[in-house]
Amino acid sequence: MLSIKNLYVSVDGQEILKGINLEVKPGEIHAIMGPNGSGKSTLANVLVGKEEYEVTAGEITYMGEDLLEKSPEDRAKEGIFLSFQYPVEIPGVPMVNFLKTAVNEHRKHNGEKELTAGEFLKLMREKMDMVDMHPQLTNRSVNEGFSGGEKKKNEIFQMALLEPKLAVLDETDSGLDIDALKTVAHGVNALKTKDNATIVVTHYQRLLDYIIPDFVHVLYDGKIVKSAGKELAFELEEKGYDWIKKEN
Amino acid sequence: MSVITEKADLSLKYISHFNEAKELLFADSPDVLNQHRKKAFQDFVMQGIPTRKNENYKYTNLQPKFLPDFKFIHQNEETDASLAEIFSCNVPQLNTHLTLLFNGWFYQKNTKSGKVPDGVILESLENVAKNNPEILQKYYAKIAETGADPMVALNTAMAKDGYFLYIPKNVIIENPIQIINILKSDTDTFSTQRNLVVIEQGASAKLIICDHTLDLNQYVNNSVTEIFVAENANFDYYTVQNQHNSTTSINSVFVQQERNSNLTTHTVSLHGGLIRNNLKIVINGENAEANMYGMAFLDKNQHIDNFTQVIHAKPHCQSNQVYKYVLDDKSTGAFSGKIHVVRDAQKTNAFQRNNNLLLTDTATMQTKPQLIIDADDVKCSHGATIGQMDEQAMFYLRSRGIDEDKARMIMMNAFAHEVVQQIKVEALRERIDELIEKRLRGEVARCHECAYNCEC
Repeated sequence: MLSIKNLYVSVDGQEILKGINLEVKPGEIHAIMGPNGSGKSTLANVLVGKEEYEVTAGEITYMGEDLLEKSPEDRAKEGIFLSFQYPVEIPGVPMVNFLKTAVNEHRKHNGEKELTAGEFLKLMREKMDMVDMHPQLTNRSVNEGFSGGEKKKNEIFQMALLEPKLAVLDETDSGLDIDALKTVAHGVNALKTKDNATIVVTHYQRLLDYIIPDFVHVLYDGKIVKSAGKELAFELEEKGYDWIKKEN
Repeated sequence: MSVITEKADLSLKYISHFNEAKELLFADSPDVLNQHRKKAFQDFVMQGIPTRKNENYKYTNLQPKFLPDFKFIHQNEETDASLAEIFSCNVPQLNTHLTLLFNGWFYQKNTKSGKVPDGVILESLENVAKNNPEILQKYYAKIAETGADPMVALNTAMAKDGYFLYIPKNVIIENPIQIINILKSDTDTFSTQRNLVVIEQGASAKLIICDHTLDLNQYVNNSVTEIFVAENANFDYYTVQNQHNSTTSINSVFVQQERNSNLTTHTVSLHGGLIRNNLKIVINGENAEANMYGMAFLDKNQHIDNFTQVIHAKPHCQSNQVYKYVLDDKSTGAFSGKIHVVRDAQKTNAFQRNNNLLLTDTATMQTKPQLIIDADDVKCSHGATIGQMDEQAMFYLRSRGIDEDKARMIMMNAFAHEVVQQIKVEALRERIDELIEKRLRGEVARCHECAYNCEC
């Protein structure tokens, strides 16, 4: 599904990713862990086409096509979804309008009929239950006045509506209390099928108690320095990132 | 150095025109209008067509716009009678009382539509001046100062007609009254329009003004409106400006509000070559409230300048203004807002904000908020921002599959939303939303029900 080969990425002329290789197949959950500043968020952002991230070498293939040539909106419509670390507040844009537009853009892309307002509201209510999203929040502007936890729930709520093939969760656990963490993880697990894949970017192991990864990769100084099964997360939790730093 | 020689050439043209037309202006006009012409003309001569040296016109250069040899209309011309029949610029479900003016002149064949309560007058100013001068004597030229603005002076010197709206005591009109100002001529034309609105004690009305052009001639439209809002009265005043880009519109509105009155003004500028809106509100009684909203969309070489003044003359009053601009291409915008709280106007709440969105590197915006506070127990604030599209928000929308153009539209609509949502007439709000969306998409924002499809 996703194949990253020898990827180099710079931001403002500074090299952040220095030769990443990663293969993700349908049905898999990959966790990307690593100390602060190792390039985890850069990897997440480059997948969705954020402009300030400049790819200087390497390639990314998604569903057999060159991903780097595609616009952010096309990537989204073809099934890539980023749960943002810091979701943006957009005053004046009502949640419902935003979500309906996004869903219908996806449907148009897939050759499906656009949903009417009534159909959309029905779908929205269904998905809202899944992530325990307070109905009042959908009456507001996008993320406006949402608490940290509500913003993260809103990301997973959008994920539920858009049903991506490849979901990238960028530090979705940060700023969540344990109940919210469970709800969010429950949402992600409920959306899991054998056909979609998830990349969980996280600093801490605790989210991985609820979203069980098939693979854990450790990113350090722009490179994946260790890859193993879920047991690697526990080892990291126990030994800390210094263990990795010393080895490199 | 004399004031006159400096601005000589251009102003002289208007001065000599006035002298030539004097006879026509005076001969056919009632005293109530004539008595102000001489003084107003002197005031105009003293000031001339404003240059940028005039502090109040620092950001708006009217001079080039006054260069063409305009036709002046000092007598009512017979207008094509069929116009009113085919003009259907009504906002759906609004059920408004629709009235037309051509080049500043009240259309004589306006028919009274709908049920107008007894005592309500919506008439030609000239007719009222002839038939009912007492009422004009009380209000006419009382708050539109000719010494402070040459355009107001020129208007008062040349004023012949416009509309007169009178809402008697305790009369409440639910449906909005709609007035369409149409510029239509066979050549480049200078139009002068003079309006007067009197909302008596406890009365309530909503007035919607739509400015249109119906052909591609160049126009200068110099209009002055005086509005009196008496005790306990409510008045909502909406202006939708949708004229083509060879039009210069100078639109001066003076309001005097009395105790417990409530005023809302809404100025939506969709199209127009150069628009200068002067709005001066004097809050002259306690517990009165004034809300002023403005939304301007500019592209190409358009220029829009909103120049507001709020004078808090009495204590316990509130004023609130929000003006927003979206500027594209090489357009230029200006906003000057002055709030003056006079001594003893304690417990005043005055708030002002101007937010501007620049879509290109070549668009420019000048903003000048001013607070003058001579009282010591007041809450006043003002602020202005000039910024670009929020790229983080744009990316967020795009990352959900919304393409760039659509995302930009959503963002611009969101920017305008704060102002548009304040429009209390739902049908008008929906229409404005629709026009704004078309405007932002780059389509001509004409009112599609209007048979004229006004060239914009």
